[in-house]
Amino acid sequence: MSAPARSRTLRDAVGLGLAVGFYGIAFGAASDAAGLDVWQTMTLSLLMFSGASQFALVGVIGAGGSAPAAVGSALLLGTRNTVYGVRMAPLLAPRTVLGRAGAAHWVIDESTAMAVAAPGRELGRLAFWATGGTIYLGWNAMTLVGALGASGLGGAAEAALDAVVPAAFLALLWPRLTAAGSTEPRAQRRVTLGGAVVALALTPFVPVGVQVIAAVVAVALAGRPRTAERPA
Amino acid sequence: MSDDVLWTAVVVASIGCYLLKLAGMSVPAAWVEQPWVARIVDFVPAALLAALVAVQGLTSDDRIVVDGRLAGLAVAALALALRAPFIVVIALAGATGAGVHLLAG
Repeated sequence: MSAPARSRTLRDAVGLGLAVGFYGIAFGAASDAAGLDVWQTMTLSLLMFSGASQFALVGVIGAGGSAPAAVGSALLLGTRNTVYGVRMAPLLAPRTVLGRAGAAHWVIDESTAMAVAAPGRELGRLAFWATGGTIYLGWNAMTLVGALGASGLGGAAEAALDAVVPAAFLALLWPRLTAAGSTEPRAQRRVTLGGAVVALALTPFVPVGVQVIAAVVAVALAGRPRTAERPA
Repeated sequence: MSDDVLWTAVVVASIGCYLLKLAGMSVPAAWVEQPWVARIVDFVPAALLAALVAVQGLTSDDRIVVDGRLAGLAVAALALALRAPFIVVIALAGATGAGVHLLAG
C-alpha cells in the first residue's frame, strides 16, 4: 500500500475515532443520572464498549425498569455487532484465538464502517485497528469525564440530562432513516413508527422496559413474512 | 434496584454483548447470512431505538408524560434535520430541557 493512502486512512480513522470518543461524555453523564456509580459506568465503557447498548442499559434502568429488561435491550442492540463480526472475520483473519478475542472487542458500528469503506484489505485492517483503538481510548476517557462531572448537579441540570437521553437515541436512530445511512430508508421509517407506537401503547400495561423489548419483537415478527417474497 | 442487582446487570450485559461480537467472528458466515436473519438484524436497531426514544421521551413509570424532554426531542430533531453534529444535538436538547424546567419553575 502507498504511504499517502496509508496516512489518509489513518487520518480519517483517528479523526472519526476522536469525534465519536467525545460522545462518551454524554454517556457518562446519562449513566450517572440513571443511578449507576462511576465504577459501574466505567465497567460498561471498558467491557461492553458498544454505545447504543450502553445507552439502552442505563436508559431502561434510569426509567425504573427491571434488570432483565435493561440487559435484554442492551443485548438486542448488540446483535448487530454479530453481523459486523461475520463481515470482519475474513478481512481481519486473526491467526490465534487471542487475536480473535481481541479483535472481537472492537467490532462496533464505526470500526466496521471504516474498515469496509477503506480501499483494499491492508488499508481495511489499518482502518479497523486505528478507528477501534482511538474510539476505545476516547470513549473511556470521556465516559469518566461525563460520569464525574455529572455528580452533584442541581434540578435544572438533571432536567437537562433527562432531555439528553432520548435525544441521544434519536441521534443514533436518525441516520438509519435517511437515504445516506440506509439502503431502505422507507422501510426503516415504517419500522421506527411501529416500534415507537407499540412501545407507547404497551407502556400503561407492562413493567417499565418490557414494552421496549416487546416493541422490537412485534416489529421483527411483522417484518419477517415479507422477506420470503423479496428477491435477495 | 439494589447495588448487587445493578452490578449483575452491568456485568451480565457486558459479557453478553462481548460474546455477541465474538460469535460473529467465530460462526460460519452462512449461518448469519440467511436473508431473514439479515433482515431482522437490519431492522432491530431502528425498532429498538424508536421504542427507546418514545419511552425515554414521553413516559414516566407507566404513564405518558409530556414535559421538557419532548421539547428537547423536537429541538434535537430540528438540529438533526439541519445536519448538526451529535454533540451539538445533545447540547441543544439538554439546554432545552433545562430551559423548560426553569420556566415551569
